[in-house]
Amino acid sequence: METFAALAHGMAVAVQPMNLLYALIGVFLGTAVGVLPGIGPALTVALLLPVTYKLDPGGSLIMFAGIYYGGMYGGSTTAILINTPGESASMATALEGNKMAKAGRGGPALATSAIGSFVAGTIATIGLAFLAPWLVDFAVRFGPEDYFALMCVAFVTVSATFGDSPIRGLTSLFIGLTLGLIGIDKLTGQARLAFGTPELLDGVEVTTLAVGLFAVGEALYVASRRHHAEEKIEPVRGSLWMTKQDWMRSWKPWLRGTMFGFPIGALPAGGAEIPTFLSYSTEKRLSKHPEEFGKGAIEGVAGPEAANNASAAGTLVPLLTLGLPTSATAAMMLAGFQQYGLNPGPLLFAERPDLVWGLIASLFIANVMLLVLNLPLVGLWVKLLAIPQPWLYAGILVFATMGTIAAKPSVVELSMLAAFGVLGFLMRRFDLPIAPVVVGLILGPIAESQLRRALAISLGDPIVLLQSPMSATLLGIALIALVAPFVLKGLGRFRASED
Amino acid sequence: MTDSESSDLPQRPASRRIDAAGLVIAAALAVLAAVLVWDANRLSSTSMYGMGPEAMPVVVAVGLGILAIANLIDTLRGNLPPRESADPKPVLLILGGLALLIAVIGLGGGFILATSALFVTTSAAFGRRALLTDFIIALVMTTLIYLAFDRLLTLSLPAGPLERLL
Repeated sequence: METFAALAHGMAVAVQPMNLLYALIGVFLGTAVGVLPGIGPALTVALLLPVTYKLDPGGSLIMFAGIYYGGMYGGSTTAILINTPGESASMATALEGNKMAKAGRGGPALATSAIGSFVAGTIATIGLAFLAPWLVDFAVRFGPEDYFALMCVAFVTVSATFGDSPIRGLTSLFIGLTLGLIGIDKLTGQARLAFGTPELLDGVEVTTLAVGLFAVGEALYVASRRHHAEEKIEPVRGSLWMTKQDWMRSWKPWLRGTMFGFPIGALPAGGAEIPTFLSYSTEKRLSKHPEEFGKGAIEGVAGPEAANNASAAGTLVPLLTLGLPTSATAAMMLAGFQQYGLNPGPLLFAERPDLVWGLIASLFIANVMLLVLNLPLVGLWVKLLAIPQPWLYAGILVFATMGTIAAKPSVVELSMLAAFGVLGFLMRRFDLPIAPVVVGLILGPIAESQLRRALAISLGDPIVLLQSPMSATLLGIALIALVAPFVLKGLGRFRASED
Repeated sequence: MTDSESSDLPQRPASRRIDAAGLVIAAALAVLAAVLVWDANRLSSTSMYGMGPEAMPVVVAVGLGILAIANLIDTLRGNLPPRESADPKPVLLILGGLALLIAVIGLGGGFILATSALFVTTSAAFGRRALLTDFIIALVMTTLIYLAFDRLLTLSLPAGPLERLL
């Protein structure tokens, strides 16, 4: 009952005209930028962070959430129409959706992905609203050692457990942790890794890192392999509307995708790849038309797209209740909170219920706006795809550098942006995942301060980490999550060699 | 993503050459670990209970050291994913554009000139050859951005000779 009251209160905040406007701007920008190939929701939030720090916190957080959801919708349009999944989570969508578009069924593919995203987003946001207060009650009792253990779980799951290679994932994470060490140590005031450069004393800006890795890195990477293949946009031919049969074949995959996406996103496991992949293989198994898979089966778009959106809402659960980002976009949202001096977690629910519940309620509104905005305006979004590639990437880089120029117009900061761009290029080239770097930079300093607080309370005795049952359990989970991929990979190899 | 594609890369003993890039990655991680330890040694440990500021860098350095060895083993086993060829020219062109942007900002040339330079080099890197047209497009676009963000949103963007004319 408590949840209903809080949600009703949040709805009253969200429907204020200014907040509705922020939500509308957010979903519009999110879709527009999400449609552009090479820009995902994380980069969109990163680009807009420096521009919004003068705005009202509640309004801009609502806008960021709109961008997050809008970016997911826009990304699926790109995946269907030009078969370049901007992120691995849209891979399954691209697989079947692009085949549908080639067969002249691009309209229904876009429709099932938009309606599926709406269904999944709405159910998952309800899940968020009911799960959050419960988790908050639980998290209030957390001591610093429990938070530290929780962050260890997030570090391991984000980098090692679910990626292609645990070694490369952990390498990325430790690059991020190293960058997080730069700057003045908050407890003793001593400078670490600043090498006498005053600009480094404040530490590495999250936005500079994210924009460098995502925007500059992506532009360099795409430019370096331009000679390989030209992208081809599939025109949307025929009817936009789904037939009765399309509806019949879509509604179950939507619901099943949501069931995969939300819990996996809500666990601090990170990434939407697992639920979309699970959803894709489940639909392939359950479909009455398995022969269509690989040639454009509508179930293969409906399910993964729902799973993708549900997991995006799921990642907001640990973010809002525990302050724990488990995806690059969630990490950027956390940076958005931090720029207003707000720290997501149980305290924020107690101190700023208007802000938190206004944000949750606005997610429902954003979802409705996206459904209304997406289907009729699909022609407009497709036009965005027709921007010639040279101007597109040149424009992206102008906006990317503008954020840094506006926040800190110094030669050192801009050089760091360029250096992070080179890092992002090299990481893409050598298959190192990007998200763990951003998560490491943001969570590393928080984990360190929680650990030092725990050890200061226990007078330096590390046993405190194991005395709290919560922290001991979480550290155990982190250890299992770290070891499992190595053991399971060994098993996989064993099986493969027996075949 | 079918089962056969998902897990490991196909084992091809014939193409199992050692990838020099993997050795460079391992070496870079080792160097980074050494820098962390060197920097941590400079810090004065306080006599407080608990962890000093030097503890965390050492922990991260140990992790980096282990990962350097793990990456080395991974490389020697030929586990690095194969790469397609990359064209260095456009990369250098974009980096040149960024260098130009930094130089113009550093010398007080202002936002419009700096970002226009980046726009033209990036667009050239992606294959455009109409440099003058692109430069005019860039000037118009960045001037509009400057007016929108500097004047309307009161974001302070650096002003140079062109901005003072507006």
